[in-house]
Amino acid sequence: VFGIETLSGNAQAAALIGIVLVEAIVLHVGYSGLTRIAAPWFRRFVEA
Amino acid sequence: MEVLGVGITMIALFVGFGLLIGILFGFFGMGGSFLVTPALLVMGYPSRVAVGSGLAFVFGTSVIATIKHRNLGQVDYKLGVSMIIGTTLGIEVGKEIVLHLEELGLAGGIISVTYVLLLGGIGAFVTYEALKGDGGGGMDHDVDEDAEIDADDIPDIAKRIQSYRVPPMLTLRGGVQVSLWMVLAVAFVTGLLSGFLGVGGGFIRMPALFYLIGVPVPIAVGTDLFEIVFSGGIGSFLYAQSGGVDLSIVVPLLAGSALGAQLGSAATSIVDEEGIKVYFGLMLLGGAVAVAFRQVGESFGIPVLNTVSFVLIIGAALLVSGAVVYSSLAAIRREDAGQAGMGAD
Repeated sequence: VFGIETLSGNAQAAALIGIVLVEAIVLHVGYSGLTRIAAPWFRRFVEA
Repeated sequence: MEVLGVGITMIALFVGFGLLIGILFGFFGMGGSFLVTPALLVMGYPSRVAVGSGLAFVFGTSVIATIKHRNLGQVDYKLGVSMIIGTTLGIEVGKEIVLHLEELGLAGGIISVTYVLLLGGIGAFVTYEALKGDGGGGMDHDVDEDAEIDADDIPDIAKRIQSYRVPPMLTLRGGVQVSLWMVLAVAFVTGLLSGFLGVGGGFIRMPALFYLIGVPVPIAVGTDLFEIVFSGGIGSFLYAQSGGVDLSIVVPLLAGSALGAQLGSAATSIVDEEGIKVYFGLMLLGGAVAVAFRQVGESFGIPVLNTVSFVLIIGAALLVSGAVVYSSLAAIRREDAGQAGMGAD
């Protein structure tokens, strides 16, 4: 996955944790923006 | 069709399960990740992968939670770093125990029994407190940053532990002084549980910081989150070294839970947590029963119990997160109807 199989022991472990860290940051930024944009629309939809 | 080496159905299942867990974590501030490792064990993943991937998931989730809280000034870095040292040792010992038990073929059974006792105990406590109605049993991450506990509110056990003045002494935020050795001991025990069960350990560490060390609740919450980033990161790194972290599990779980956490934390501002907490306690009890069913099914060769167990875990998470979403929608509609009524007057 993501070519990290070619890495050895510690490097592979570090790469795995790095991927999770980057994913968490990207998701936080992305979903926060999405929530800000979509929240008013969603509220109007529920209230309708 | 396959993504990350697994079928699209499994990916969808993990994203959906992550979404449910994220709603629970975002709303209650605790407990979501507690269901991941048992679910992975029930799905037939080896103990090492279930625990390692559970820890990696906890790491990702706590990174997101810590980013949210980073500006609240609730982290005692001196305490946090001291905790990390004790926790790392604890995680390493916990991991070695799991690997040793795995060699003996006992890991799944012993981890399951420990889970049943812990989930059952905490579930019973939360349910009891919710029914009693005094608001206990949860771990509120959204506390007032200026809130400080009164000296009189420091628990008696914490006062006693603070009285053991074995040098070196640590001066914590809020003026609390405590022996470094006491901090390391608490951190070691919570780290041991993290490494052994694949959980962040926050549900034990946060109360331990308050009840055993006497750290003010807001600082305990912030430091706990800071610490989970490291305990989860170190724990998952140690497991990743021995092939225990499976990205095909962690990536979709995290994708779902990050969205769920946004929804769950938004729901806290419109729904009364107390009304739902009893379901949360029952969900934990359901998780304990599910793990027990799986273990009995494996021990006595009754495969249907494994299916029942899986349905119980997913069903319990679905029920409580559904209750959160339903209550939120109902509250928005009530609020809207109230505003319309006032407008009509």
